[in-house]
Amino acid sequence: MGQMTRREFVKAGAVGLAFVGVPLMFKGNPLAAFAAPPPGGLNDYLEHFGVTEAVIREVMAAALGHGGDYCDLFFEHTIGNTVTLEDNLVSRASSNVDFGVGIRVIEEDRIGYSFTEELTPKAMMEAARTAANIASQSTSAAPQSLSLREAPNYYPIETSWEEVGVDRKVPLLLKLNEIVHAADKRIINSQVNFTDNTSYIMVAGSDGRIACDFQPMTRCFVSCTAEQNGQREESGYNLGGRHGLEYFSPEALDRLAETAVRRTVDLFDAVKPEAGEMEVVLAPGYSGILLHEAIGHGMEADFNRKEVSIYADKIGKAVAESFVSIVDDGTNPNMRGSINIDDEGNPSEKTFMVRNGILESYLHDHISAQHYKVKPTGNGRRQSFRHQPMPRMRNTYMLSGPHKKEEIVQSVKKGIYAEAFTNGEVYIGAGDFTFYVKSGYLIEDGKMTRPIKDVNIIGNGPEVLTKVVMVADDMELMEGGGTCGKNGQWAPVSFGLPTIKVSSITVGGVSS
Amino acid sequence: MNKTEIYELARWVADRAKKAGADEAAVDVTRSRDIEIECRLRKVETLKESTQMSLNLAVYAGNRYSSHSTNDVRRDGLETFISEAVAMTKHLNEDPFRTLPDPKYYQGRQAVELHTSDPDYENVTSDRRVAIVREIEDTALAVSDRIISCTCSFSDSFYETVKVHSNGFEGDRVGTSFSMGAEATVRDESGGRPEDWDYRTVRFFKDLPAADLLGRSAVQRALRKIGQTKLESGRYDMIVENRTGGRLLGSLIGPMNGRSLQQKNSFLDGKLDQKIGSDKLTIIDDPFVDFGLGSRLFDDEGMATKQRVMIEKGVLKSYYIDTYYGKKLNMEPTTGSTTNLVFEYGNQSLEEMIKGMERGILVTGFIGGNSNATTGDFSYGIMGVLVEKGRPVKPVNEMNISGNSKELWEQLAAVGRDAYTYSSRRCPSMSFEEIQFSGV
Repeated sequence: MGQMTRREFVKAGAVGLAFVGVPLMFKGNPLAAFAAPPPGGLNDYLEHFGVTEAVIREVMAAALGHGGDYCDLFFEHTIGNTVTLEDNLVSRASSNVDFGVGIRVIEEDRIGYSFTEELTPKAMMEAARTAANIASQSTSAAPQSLSLREAPNYYPIETSWEEVGVDRKVPLLLKLNEIVHAADKRIINSQVNFTDNTSYIMVAGSDGRIACDFQPMTRCFVSCTAEQNGQREESGYNLGGRHGLEYFSPEALDRLAETAVRRTVDLFDAVKPEAGEMEVVLAPGYSGILLHEAIGHGMEADFNRKEVSIYADKIGKAVAESFVSIVDDGTNPNMRGSINIDDEGNPSEKTFMVRNGILESYLHDHISAQHYKVKPTGNGRRQSFRHQPMPRMRNTYMLSGPHKKEEIVQSVKKGIYAEAFTNGEVYIGAGDFTFYVKSGYLIEDGKMTRPIKDVNIIGNGPEVLTKVVMVADDMELMEGGGTCGKNGQWAPVSFGLPTIKVSSITVGGVSS
Repeated sequence: MNKTEIYELARWVADRAKKAGADEAAVDVTRSRDIEIECRLRKVETLKESTQMSLNLAVYAGNRYSSHSTNDVRRDGLETFISEAVAMTKHLNEDPFRTLPDPKYYQGRQAVELHTSDPDYENVTSDRRVAIVREIEDTALAVSDRIISCTCSFSDSFYETVKVHSNGFEGDRVGTSFSMGAEATVRDESGGRPEDWDYRTVRFFKDLPAADLLGRSAVQRALRKIGQTKLESGRYDMIVENRTGGRLLGSLIGPMNGRSLQQKNSFLDGKLDQKIGSDKLTIIDDPFVDFGLGSRLFDDEGMATKQRVMIEKGVLKSYYIDTYYGKKLNMEPTTGSTTNLVFEYGNQSLEEMIKGMERGILVTGFIGGNSNATTGDFSYGIMGVLVEKGRPVKPVNEMNISGNSKELWEQLAAVGRDAYTYSSRRCPSMSFEEIQFSGV
């Protein structure tokens, strides 16, 4: 999908998730790397960014120079790599390094923002003075001292990616390619994309808190093309999360390659379902994209305090059956959407958006939490130091329910079973949301029959929630994860779902 | 850093890469500045301003290839960056197709003024920006008391980029862009808070549309959605509004790319000189559009750009093939990516096209959906207006269109004269016959 400017996103007029296959550009570290294992101490982070507490406080004083209620500094150093296999050769690699600080000044709900890639006091003071232009009153003082806020570590890994050279990745890609081609003679082509990145972040706020985090991430995509009787089909699969190299065990590689192949060859027999409203059963895992679009974005607190979300007047109301609970969680071990702290320095948590059918909590950033006078929920995330934070999701999933998968499928007279997805989008005011089903099955008289492919499903968020009529006990979190776009910023996220049935939703098939 | 310094830096990096063991190197260095202002509730809500640098180095060493980017352009850091880049490349597999382009492709660069950079950019003041946004907001808020929220904004950016290849290419591009507009959310008693937007982007400050036009338009578009519902599934004629046509076009442009073709992921494979659409479909890739958002004299590989007829009266005439995939496909390269997409336009306005519609749906936006480049299948969510006997009847939403691109473009019945110039994809409104919609 490439880069999208904020304007392009707003032109699209909606918040939406895009499952991105484009690997980011990454680079090896030109600065002194930490000695393994990764650091925990505040002094290590200060040294890493070449700043002192005194300088940070001086910059804050400049940021609050015209007034303002709060300011924060977000330091970031990200190192990332991509290695690609194409035509049986690992013939392409790229890397990227990003380094800088973003300075935000807040007055009420208004934001001034500037960033600099040069972490000299002079450059930071200049950026601070630029950001300060938003304010004109309510002077706040810079803090006298900064105290470290510790957080648990939800993503311990064995070896930092900075210590894994490309020579150790090449054999993995070649192995995956080998498994793919051996799995089915109809495979004519495959591509493997392996990415990893490592971020060091440090956030200091004018309330005197400072927090740091070491954030690994990896993803491996396998896509393949098969041909049979002149017909070509293409699909793929991906695995990933906040893991180290140890995650890609022989078992994981087998599973990754074989799932990619199966999803591809199954498409030869696939048909398009009928167009129109029907029962839809969602497979566990990735189908959680439904939640991300149907309710997740609509529950982001900035939309609600601006009253533009269809959920703006629904807190405390029943929005779903009592066996439906939906959470946004940053604490799942090693998942793509997990964070130890958010990008405002607030602790992560498991937030109930819907508990036993009742709408409970929005997803807050600092500004929204102040507005609603609640505790922050740890959802204040940003794409990089170049961007101001806003409420974003983490791992969004539904808890297990009282039914069984078999009884759910058997209950469907005529509908579809949706299994693999690519992307989705939502207009949070109207509540229209969609997600694209790459593959699945028809359900006819309680049995999965023919495969289906390439249909978009569209519905109304609050309406669809009331139509979740069966929820099985087999909740799964998606293994790979997705990338969410909102207001021109990308954020890594994941989702999960048990097998569920939606009694009626519009499927983009073909009329008979 | 000024342009001369940026050139010196780029040349230095290319030179150091060769000293570190690369056979060839390509360097791009960019300096940019971005400013953004947003207003809501008659206050400035967001104010952002920054400048940044970025440097990209592509290394070709023993037929092995890698690319690397950094935003830290200090020389001492770059020494390590470069040597690590070259060192890591040696671990990759050899790829005989990986070389810089043959310098013959750099020849013939046009010497025409494209007006991509506004000389008045530096003179645009903060006060002026805020005044524009305030005017958009005042006009918008005056349209209706059903407005729940309205956010208006203005942003502008400047970039300067230098490209140096070790086999002789040197070139630079400079550009500005200005964007402004509004998004509005309105009250709908039947439930929901419909929203819509109108943002536009131009190269030159003087070409920005009137602030009051955008303010009014965003709100009116949102108001038009009140009461939107879905219709019965079935086949309807369809008009796709010009500003949203670019998204539909993606399902045709993607499969025209050399990588898709070579990787056997394109339904347009083997279809050069074959009819893939109706004779109303003529698309030209034009890098020389004056003030064009996609205009450029050389592409990302340094190849001199040319106007290219991509599709002529429905016949596929050309693909987008860069030099790498050109070698893999054993085809002459064209260019790797789009510049400005210009159509052979018709002679009707959107209003006239609607008047001529017996029964169909005017699609004003897509939501989600995707297309399969290998098979041509697509399915997209839509929103729009039901039209009967030439008149808009009611707003529609929560519907999908589905089909296959192999058929879709043959069903293109007419294109309008209303090129959407606020995008590099200068689509007209387009009308199609008998498209599969799914709803109830």
